[in-house]
Amino acid sequence: MCDMATTRGELGDKLSSLSLFADLSAAELESIAHIVDERRFGDGERILRQGLTGSGFYIILEGEAIIRIDGKEYGKLGRGDFFGEISVLLGDPPVADIVAAQGLHCAIIPGPELEPFMIGHPQVLFRMLKSEARKLRMATSWRT
Amino acid sequence: MVVGSGPGGLQLSYSLTHLGVPHAVISADPAPGGMFRRWPFFQRLLSWTKPFAPFERGTRFYERYDWNSLIPDDDQHRAIQPRLMDGTSYFPSRIEMEHNIATFARETGIRVRYGCRWTGTSRDGEGFRLRTTAGDYRARVVVFAFGLAEPWKPEIPGIEHVPHYADTRAPETYAGKRVFIIGKEVSAFELANGLLPWARQIVLASPRPTQLSVVTNSLVGVRARYVQPYEDHILGGGVVIMNASIDEVSRSGNLFRVKTTRSDGGGSLMFEADDVIATTGFQPPLGDLPELGVVSSGRERIPSQTPLFESISVRHVYFAGTATRGAAGLKKNGIPSSSGAVHGHRYNARILARHIARTYFGIDPARPTLKRDDVLDYLLSELSRAPELWHQKSYLARSLLMEGARGIVDDGIVPLQLFVDGEGPDGVAVAVEANPKAEIYPAVYVRKNNVVSEHLLPTNPLLDFETAEHRAQLTAVLAPIL
Repeated sequence: MCDMATTRGELGDKLSSLSLFADLSAAELESIAHIVDERRFGDGERILRQGLTGSGFYIILEGEAIIRIDGKEYGKLGRGDFFGEISVLLGDPPVADIVAAQGLHCAIIPGPELEPFMIGHPQVLFRMLKSEARKLRMATSWRT
Repeated sequence: MVVGSGPGGLQLSYSLTHLGVPHAVISADPAPGGMFRRWPFFQRLLSWTKPFAPFERGTRFYERYDWNSLIPDDDQHRAIQPRLMDGTSYFPSRIEMEHNIATFARETGIRVRYGCRWTGTSRDGEGFRLRTTAGDYRARVVVFAFGLAEPWKPEIPGIEHVPHYADTRAPETYAGKRVFIIGKEVSAFELANGLLPWARQIVLASPRPTQLSVVTNSLVGVRARYVQPYEDHILGGGVVIMNASIDEVSRSGNLFRVKTTRSDGGGSLMFEADDVIATTGFQPPLGDLPELGVVSSGRERIPSQTPLFESISVRHVYFAGTATRGAAGLKKNGIPSSSGAVHGHRYNARILARHIARTYFGIDPARPTLKRDDVLDYLLSELSRAPELWHQKSYLARSLLMEGARGIVDDGIVPLQLFVDGEGPDGVAVAVEANPKAEIYPAVYVRKNNVVSEHLLPTNPLLDFETAEHRAQLTAVLAPIL
């Protein structure tokens, strides 16, 4: 198995391939690569915890994340998906557990840094908003 | 097997020995001390030891004010660092710190095979075979306490012309020079601070804006001790601080040219300098561990770990010392553990020793029982005083478990993540936490029927968590399990 550590340049390349960062220049991507943290999770490790405060914003670079509420699985997230933003923006604890699978590797923005990050990168904010709109549409379509 | 004789390796060896776990420690160095045998470059630490503190020197509670001594189980060898300081600063000098580590090793009788370099690793049945310059060792469990000892430089065209922080010359040789420092983290500011009386101009540049610990309200960012260059910059002195990526470094005779691109979209800037120094950090000397399957994360290549400091990808390979940053924990509110410094990882080593003793050697560390009437006083005292909780906020916790016939058992200091994510008997874990508003407050996690609930108690201006209000709230929180 190879060493899967990434340099900042490699992280910038990984971010550039995600739709969330599709509108950014190379210089902006490099700058973001220096701002975000990175972390690999053991399979089965919890990342967000239902009911526990103080979490962050996570963008999946590799692997999968399982959404679990009260122990029941509700879906999976994959490369390019992100999670944790609702809890950070509203200041409420997460309503679901997010659990690592398939060698999950994430870029992370700590909760207190998310708001300045979004204000400083409106193109990313716009992409996030579109994604949230799609989620909302899906949620409302289930009701009808 | 333990590899390394810095504070991490020595603390682990001490704790293993006192639990009765047979082990060997090897070190490539000729003597104890690890990185403190050489750094910090300007020869004084940024972690304090307060000789006169609210708690008596030589007690467990005093450890909260002494960030640098290693932690024995008895009072006799506690608080070695303040004994060795000359009173001129509450930041020990590098030599005082090296002396502190060496004194602990000598007085507690830690045995290390010095001058023995680990050169390779392979699997050997259910364990490992470590190749060293003194022959092969076989072990069921290996703990690497090798620190972040390898200088690292980013891939920038011309970076080969640039010396690393580790190769910085004597400060007086920078007299009257223009010095360009690549990086804006603690080591960059340490050099800039030390070169203020010598350099004609100092430029610090990197893409990420400067973070100051007194602004982030945490250990994240440049520590207060090295903020002077920042003030010099904002008041228009001889220091320039730039948010810019470094595109290329070229050298012509004695002159460096550094091409940069500003991160704020302000375009390119070319700097001329007499010296360039890369303060771009260190990595752990992983050797062939990646080939063994050990995965790492991020620029620093720190191995990714479970809450008990085991590689997430190779069983029975553990880490101690600074590398335990790879067990990130909950990182609540973005605040990291203190595992990158002695005052944090010394407690991780004690936890790891207990885990190894229990898991591999069938040794059950003592877990005393507690009377129901004593629980409140005990937990409130721990929240107000326990050095483990104060140094490792949101990371380590005091755990009590309701173990049926045994009653209420003190499970000791445990990783908070292990308690909140693990299953087991009903119980409580208490931790000290902080938020970006610089509030420090107690947090109580109650596990009942394997569901964990979080309860944040109020802060207090004097950080006294033994008030009537705290007592009343803790009583209510514990009611379901007591």
